[in-house]
Amino acid sequence: MNRTNSTSTYFTVWAALMVLLFATWGVAQFDLGILNPIAAVTIAVIKMLLVILFFMQVRHHSRLTKLFAGAGFVWLLIMITLTMTDYLSRKVVKPYEGEILPQIEKQTTVPTQLQGAGR
Amino acid sequence: MAETHSALAEQFENLEQQREASLLGMWTFLATEVMFFGGLFMGYIVYRHAYPEAFAVGSKHTDVLFGTLNTAILLTSSFTMALAVHAAQEGRPRSTVRSLVLTIGLAIAFLVVKGFEYHEDYVEHLIPGPSFSVPGQPKAELFFYFYWAMTGLHALHVLIGIGALSVIAMLASRRRFSAEYHNPVEITGLYWHFVDLVWIFLYPLLYLIDRHT
Repeated sequence: MNRTNSTSTYFTVWAALMVLLFATWGVAQFDLGILNPIAAVTIAVIKMLLVILFFMQVRHHSRLTKLFAGAGFVWLLIMITLTMTDYLSRKVVKPYEGEILPQIEKQTTVPTQLQGAGR
Repeated sequence: MAETHSALAEQFENLEQQREASLLGMWTFLATEVMFFGGLFMGYIVYRHAYPEAFAVGSKHTDVLFGTLNTAILLTSSFTMALAVHAAQEGRPRSTVRSLVLTIGLAIAFLVVKGFEYHEDYVEHLIPGPSFSVPGQPKAELFFYFYWAMTGLHALHVLIGIGALSVIAMLASRRRFSAEYHNPVEITGLYWHFVDLVWIFLYPLLYLIDRHT
C-alpha cells in the first residue's frame, strides 16, 4: 500500500545531511560578508527540503497533504517578507526635513493646553 | 473491499482513508507549530537587523562545538526515526522498536549535551538578568533572550518528543502496529522530524552566522 523509499535512500539522505552540516560549519569560518548569512540559510533550506521530502515522505503523500505541508511555510515567508519590507526600507525612505516641516507645523493648530507637552 | 481491521475507526471507509486523515491532521498541527516558532524567528530577524553588532558579539559567545555536535545528533536521530517508520510500514515490529529506542537515546543525548552547554552559559554569565555580563557589549543580552527562548522552547519539544516516542515504542513492542496500520508511528515521526527542522535553522542562526568576525 505504500510506495516508500528504501533503506539505502534514507542512508544517502543522512550522509548528504552530514556533508551539508560540515559545509555550513566550514563556510562560517570565512568572512564572506553578506554571503555568510545567505550561505547559512541556503544550506539550512536544502537540509529542510531533504528532511521534508525524504524523511517525512512528503514525496509520496497526496496532493492535499502536500498543500497542507507547504501552507505553514508559505505564510511564514509572507509574514517575514511583509515585515522586512518595512524595516529594510526605513533607512531608504527618509522623513521630510528642512523646509517642509516648519510649514506643516505652522499649519497645525495645537491647543494651548497641550503646547510644550512632551517636549 | 470489506475492512475488518480492529484499528479502523467507524467514521472511515477504510484504513487508507484513515491514514490520509491522520497525516493531514498532523501536518495541520505542524503548520501551527511553524507559526509558533515563526514568531520567534521573525523577532530574531528584526532585532538582528536593528542591532547587528550586539548579535554578532552574542553569537560568538555561544559554544559552536556543542551546537555542531547537537546538530549531528539530531540529524542522525531523524535518520533512525525514518528507519523506524520504514520498518513499521513494512510490518517489522522488532526493527521498529530498535530504531525507536535508538531515536530516544539520541534525543536524550541531545538534551545531555544541551545541559552541559546551558551550564557553561550559566558559568559564563550569559543568562539575561542582573548577573548577565558580556564585557564591552551589554546589548548582547538581547541576543541571549532569543537564544534562551528559542533553544528552551525547542528543548521542551524534544522532551515532549521523548515522551511520545516512548509511548509509541511501547505500543510497537506490544505488536500494535502492522503493515496495514501504523498511523501513530508515522505521525509521531512527522513530529520528531519537525523538531529536527527547527534545529536545522536554529543552528546557523544562533551559532554560525557571525562566527568568522
